[in-house]
Amino acid sequence: MLLLTCPHCGPRDETEFSCGGESHIARPSLEATDDAWADYVFFRTNPMGVTFERWRHAYGCGCWFNVARDVVNHRILATYAMTDPKPATSETAISNGLQQSAELAR
Amino acid sequence: MSGGSRREFATGIDISRALRFRFNNRSYVGHPGDTLASALLANGVQLLARSFKYHRPRGILAAGAEEPNAIVQLGTGEAAEPNLKATEIELFDGLVARSVNCWPSPSFDLRSAYQLAAPLMGAGFYYKTFMWPDWHLFEGPIRRAAGLGIAPQDPDPDRYIHKYAACDVLVVGGGPAGLASAWEAAEAGLDVILAEIDFRLGGSSLWRGERNEAERLEAALRAHANVRVLTRTNVFGYYDHNALVAVEKLDGEGARQRLWKFRAKRVVLATGAIERPLVFANNDRPGVMLASAAQSYLRRWGILHGRQIVVFTNNNSAYEAATSFVEAGADVTIIDVRPRAKIPDIAAVRVLPGHVVKAVVGRRAANGVTIGALDGGQTFTLQCDLVLMSGGWSPTVHLFSQSGGSLRFDEATQSFIPNRAVQAVECVGAAAGELSGLDIEPLWEVPGPGPKFVDFANDVTAKDIGLAREHSFISVEHLKRYTTLGMGIDQGKTSNVNGLAIMGELTARAPGDVGTTKFRPPYTPVTFGALAGPLVGDLYRPVRYLPAHDWHAAHGAVFEEYGGWARPTAYPFPGETWEQAAQREAATARKGCVLLDASPLGKIEVVGKDAGTFLDRIYVGNASSLKVGSARYGLMLNENGIIIDDGVFVRLREDRYLVHTTSSGADRIAAMFDEWLQCEWTGLDVAILPTTTQWATLTVSGPDASEVIRETGTDIDLDDFPHMTFREGSVAQLSARVLRASFTGEASYEISVEASNATQLVGALERAGRPLLLMPMGIEALMILRTEKGFLHVGVDTDGTTLPGDVGMAGPIARKASDFIGRRSLLRQEALREDRLQLVGLQSHKGVLPVGAQVLRDRSVPGPSDGFVTSSYHSPTLDGPVALGLVRAGRSRIGERVKLYDMGEHHSAEIVDTVFFDKAGERLRA
Ligand SMILES: [Zn+2]
Repeated sequence: MLLLTCPHCGPRDETEFSCGGESHIARPSLEATDDAWADYVFFRTNPMGVTFERWRHAYGCGCWFNVARDVVNHRILATYAMTDPKPATSETAISNGLQQSAELAR
Repeated sequence: MSGGSRREFATGIDISRALRFRFNNRSYVGHPGDTLASALLANGVQLLARSFKYHRPRGILAAGAEEPNAIVQLGTGEAAEPNLKATEIELFDGLVARSVNCWPSPSFDLRSAYQLAAPLMGAGFYYKTFMWPDWHLFEGPIRRAAGLGIAPQDPDPDRYIHKYAACDVLVVGGGPAGLASAWEAAEAGLDVILAEIDFRLGGSSLWRGERNEAERLEAALRAHANVRVLTRTNVFGYYDHNALVAVEKLDGEGARQRLWKFRAKRVVLATGAIERPLVFANNDRPGVMLASAAQSYLRRWGILHGRQIVVFTNNNSAYEAATSFVEAGADVTIIDVRPRAKIPDIAAVRVLPGHVVKAVVGRRAANGVTIGALDGGQTFTLQCDLVLMSGGWSPTVHLFSQSGGSLRFDEATQSFIPNRAVQAVECVGAAAGELSGLDIEPLWEVPGPGPKFVDFANDVTAKDIGLAREHSFISVEHLKRYTTLGMGIDQGKTSNVNGLAIMGELTARAPGDVGTTKFRPPYTPVTFGALAGPLVGDLYRPVRYLPAHDWHAAHGAVFEEYGGWARPTAYPFPGETWEQAAQREAATARKGCVLLDASPLGKIEVVGKDAGTFLDRIYVGNASSLKVGSARYGLMLNENGIIIDDGVFVRLREDRYLVHTTSSGADRIAAMFDEWLQCEWTGLDVAILPTTTQWATLTVSGPDASEVIRETGTDIDLDDFPHMTFREGSVAQLSARVLRASFTGEASYEISVEASNATQLVGALERAGRPLLLMPMGIEALMILRTEKGFLHVGVDTDGTTLPGDVGMAGPIARKASDFIGRRSLLRQEALREDRLQLVGLQSHKGVLPVGAQVLRDRSVPGPSDGFVTSSYHSPTLDGPVALGLVRAGRSRIGERVKLYDMGEHHSAEIVDTVFFDKAGERLRA
């Protein structure tokens, strides 16, 4: 059970949230090709590592926000607003997350 | 072998008080501090179970949650709990329990004849033997024969509660290591929860005799402001982000058990270690026990249940038990597989180095052992009345493994110990592999013949593991499933390591290379009651009630649940069935007038200067072109183009719309609006106000509807109030919103007032409608009426593939320039196919078609389907059946006769237009 941090309400149990799937997917226009549209509707990146997804504090304030989560170990690397840009997926970002976990462990 | 008197030095019981209890219909006496197991042992009851598969006589092996043999049913009737271990049941006055898996009693078990067939019943026996024609034919009788406890038939009368707790440090295990960790954390100013599965703190100190320090720490912790101490609390699951779950047995707190959901910044696992049996012939006989368990029964519970004791070991820890028994006056012989050079020097104990116990003599109780040198040669028999064994220790790494931590095999202790943690968790004490001074020499299986049990709970022998190897099931997960090793109620706590190590020896692999099976929650079984907590019965899925519920009940409504609301199905007169009532109500709607409670109809206000733009992107049709005070029907799609909801929307003001959704769609659609606004169209100036439950909506429908409204009293000009328009005013002196829209096909007025005024409005309408014979109408009649009209019911006449064109609603799309949700998907090849399932009418000439009946493509059953019936009723107005269905290329097949099939019955129908009644729609505009 994840511990997610709602930007409005703070850290809460996963049971208060609903996951809206992958974030930062641009919605194509009506003129999009079949392939581009199919990519938007059906295909997701599903990485083994850091994934960017949106969550809603469904049983709380109703706020949508973004979460960068490592799906291998469930570490939350970043929590940020819907309108914020996708954070860097560089080693730095990930190691910052690892550092946080290490601090927790101490 | 006799019970004898309880020893005075016992640290764990209060001999001055007696507790009476019954086991297998006999009465016994125990003391506070006893478990059922210790009380039975003290009473000389040694044989108390039969094994799962072979019905072999069994006694108590262990003293804790790892016990594989002593499985009992606790209590009687609906509160009975099946499959508990006698070792984990705290004795109380009046306790009633009985053995499982034997009849009539463990000492005289009619099914014990199964033992004779044991040579035939090895691993995989059931699956290989009872294959033809179908294993499931045999499964029932076999499962009954290999029975465990019996689940109560009646609802559980007890209450269970849930509780959340957060802390800085959660310490699991109240033994010496756990107590010390808790104290250290508390003294550092941290908020600590200490959870112990036993009803007493102390862990190994309770039987190893080092009580002073443990008692001092316990007293200090209980007095410490930062510490919460929970005993009888089994932490059984470890999940992500340090979420742990425990179940606490309660006593007199109004509930039977409490489920704890912990969130800890840091977790300390002080869960100790579990002693392993040795694997030799007839090692499962009553009177063969783990050395540490026997030491517990002696020192904690004061039971000396053997005078002539053989201790069989491959390590030093059993010498502590041996010494305790010598001190208690027993005669002890240690059989140690290790050479003399490795034997600790302990006076007063006879030790036979380099030897093994080959077999236990005695059937219903051990009365001797056959002993031989490890390397063969002569054997001899030694008389005894108790056999203690120690095959080493397995750290209790279950929770650590559940947390995602990895394990490694430690050569020094011959055990799997914690390796790398991935969460904020550390293991301390024996759980961390601190088993210093064991000086263990591996002995996984004693050579020689005879049934050598590895898993006592599931009757898995060393020979079964050999069989698994022969059949190539050598992976530890295959071994488990093929032999059922570790799949019993005890989940292999005493057997898994022995089993995988024997497989390792058979396949020339070290235990670390074989590895363990996955550790999964729960650590020990948890009742469903505890997991469900208070959310049972009416609270399982609470139903919403209409604001005028009592009025409906008083008018004879039969209620059903529709989309989470209790709504009237019909209002039967005395002597009428609800089906007859629905026919009467539907006929009345066409001839006079009816009153329908439509309060659950979803209502969402969409407010802001971009409200029209937003709804243009939501609806298939246009919203921004709608005039203030007017209403329009709209379909909503998802991005796949699939219809997800429909309803009438109203423009209240330039910047304010009222969106009606289906009753079951109210919450879902409001959430969807919010998602688009927060995640995609963040620049739109729009707010979403879900207002469904703030309003009570009563619909008056039928040719006389406007008369009823007039009689009720209103300031709305009913002569200038056409279909699909909206007015605000007063009705029955109540502030009201009135919408003219129709789901019945008749002139309808949907009157919404504040929810608290529901009963007042319905009463006023009833009085005004009395001269016009207004009658209440339920959902069933509404469904008849809308089917006669061919009005779509989303989710009934559509499914997860239905596009607007499939239900004949592609019209508005051509007239619309801008994009809307799902529009691009309607241009895909799949969406443009002409042989899609399309909504049509189905005219049966012989009775009502069953909903779900399949339209046959070529008359063969089984054979390809050309669609199915979605809605079907008898129409009282047309005095015949009406039905809607999704039929392949249906609209191009109007006039064609088709065959249908359902549940063994054949039917036929003609494909017709969806509208059966008033095709021009003149009545609803009246
Ligand atoms: Zn929130």
